[in-house]
Amino acid sequence: MELHIENISHSYGKLDVLKDINLIIKEKEIVCIVGPSGCGKSTLLRLLGGLEKATKGRIMQVGEPSSASLNPLTYIFQDFALLPWKNVYDNIALVLEHHNLSKNEIDEIIKDVLKRTKLSDFEKALPKQLSGGMKQRVAIARALSVKPSVLLMDEPLSALDSQTRELLLEDLISLWEKENFTAVYVTHNLNEAVRLGHKIVVLGNRPGKIQKIIEINIPLNERKNHIVELEEKQKILWNMMKEEALNADKEMLNV
Amino acid sequence: MSEKKEVEFRAKGFVYKKIPFLGAFAFIVLIILLEIGTRYNYISDLTLPRPSGVFAAFIELYDSGLLFEHLIPSFTRLFVGSCLGIFLGIIIGILIALFNTLRASFLPLISALFPVPKIALLPLFVIWFGIDEGSKYALIALGTFTPTVIATYAAVDNVDRNLIRMGQSFGLSWMSIVKNIILPGSLPGILSGIRISLAIGIILLVAAEMLGASYGIGAYVLEAGSLYDLERLFVGVTILSSIGVFLSYLVGLLEKQLLSWRN
Repeated sequence: MELHIENISHSYGKLDVLKDINLIIKEKEIVCIVGPSGCGKSTLLRLLGGLEKATKGRIMQVGEPSSASLNPLTYIFQDFALLPWKNVYDNIALVLEHHNLSKNEIDEIIKDVLKRTKLSDFEKALPKQLSGGMKQRVAIARALSVKPSVLLMDEPLSALDSQTRELLLEDLISLWEKENFTAVYVTHNLNEAVRLGHKIVVLGNRPGKIQKIIEINIPLNERKNHIVELEEKQKILWNMMKEEALNADKEMLNV
Repeated sequence: MSEKKEVEFRAKGFVYKKIPFLGAFAFIVLIILLEIGTRYNYISDLTLPRPSGVFAAFIELYDSGLLFEHLIPSFTRLFVGSCLGIFLGIIIGILIALFNTLRASFLPLISALFPVPKIALLPLFVIWFGIDEGSKYALIALGTFTPTVIATYAAVDNVDRNLIRMGQSFGLSWMSIVKNIILPGSLPGILSGIRISLAIGIILLVAAEMLGASYGIGAYVLEAGSLYDLERLFVGVTILSSIGVFLSYLVGLLEKQLLSWRN
């Protein structure tokens, strides 16, 4: 299944947030969206999964999601969004309950995703007992449990410290190597973008417009060995964003 | 090399520390001081009753068998009235928070009712529900109802919106979101609302019993007060205070049980 963004513009009252966005998210491709703060990248992600309605333009689903998919468009949130009153197992069970699965099927799915995210020993733990990195792994496990066609990730690593972030980034890369999922990954961290993105979309200052799309053709698992090229790309991206970021700051001052 | 000096520790104080038994100790010291004061006439009998006298009055009340004659009707009124008020309050509070039309139509009404001293409405309730138990139940129910509604709808409003978005993004039904996200998320606020409602319930219980009851802690206190019998007055006040502390303890237990996922 592909996602097509067609002529999207969005505004909150008089404030234009996004303007004339056109983009195609192909299957098995990770698209990273970067841009200065307030450029509307998270808004774009909410539009993509139907959590908000665009003032103009449409988001189109092209092709059928795989029949196994329970929730084709699935989010991973920056703040994890785990229910603090449910343990790890029940947090995942909650999103499976309404799909007419038997108790055994649900149990099988949960055991499987917990194994894939290396959380099998923490089934009964409450979120408060887990570190930030583990909480986000639970959220990833929950997202995987509904077999998404497209993962929509909203700064999933931003709330974590840099070591945890690095570990989880590697987890995401190896997960993609195994499962080749489609993803839209919003981040303000350019390093994450060049490590994870097949395509990097740079949004400009508000109202956010696509400034440039950069493609990186190095396979994800080999990127570790091409640090120089990646740094080059990151520098290009930073130069492009620096001016926008400065302008964004000035705009804040003028408000 | 210049002089060597240890860096001074400056983060003193402003730290909450639990000191066990000091509360009970302070209470006992106060009682002993009062006892000594009244016994040796530092404090006149007319100013404050002697603690041992209050205790003797309590024993007398117990021996006469009247203690339960007063306690049981009071407990029944408080129980029936506040259960009714809190139960309805939680339901209406949740409905008001969930449905915009209900919120728009009923919230102004409840906000207007909230600051009215409910005791002023007792004559009305006597006309509606009779001079007996009905009017007392109604008074306590109304008094606990309004704070519960307001605490409940505020608690529902305060449930993390991101968790609700999460539920929607996974395609959960409206019912499932209410049951799994909104209700458990608003429970802490609802429970602290119940705590306040129960305290208000005790105040109204006494007020109702003072205005028309032959039995009940309120009636007992009123009778003692009109005779300026300070010992018995203090017995009544102590019983009321104990009921309050006991109910607050029960809510605390409930919180420990239901909100173990916090902290």
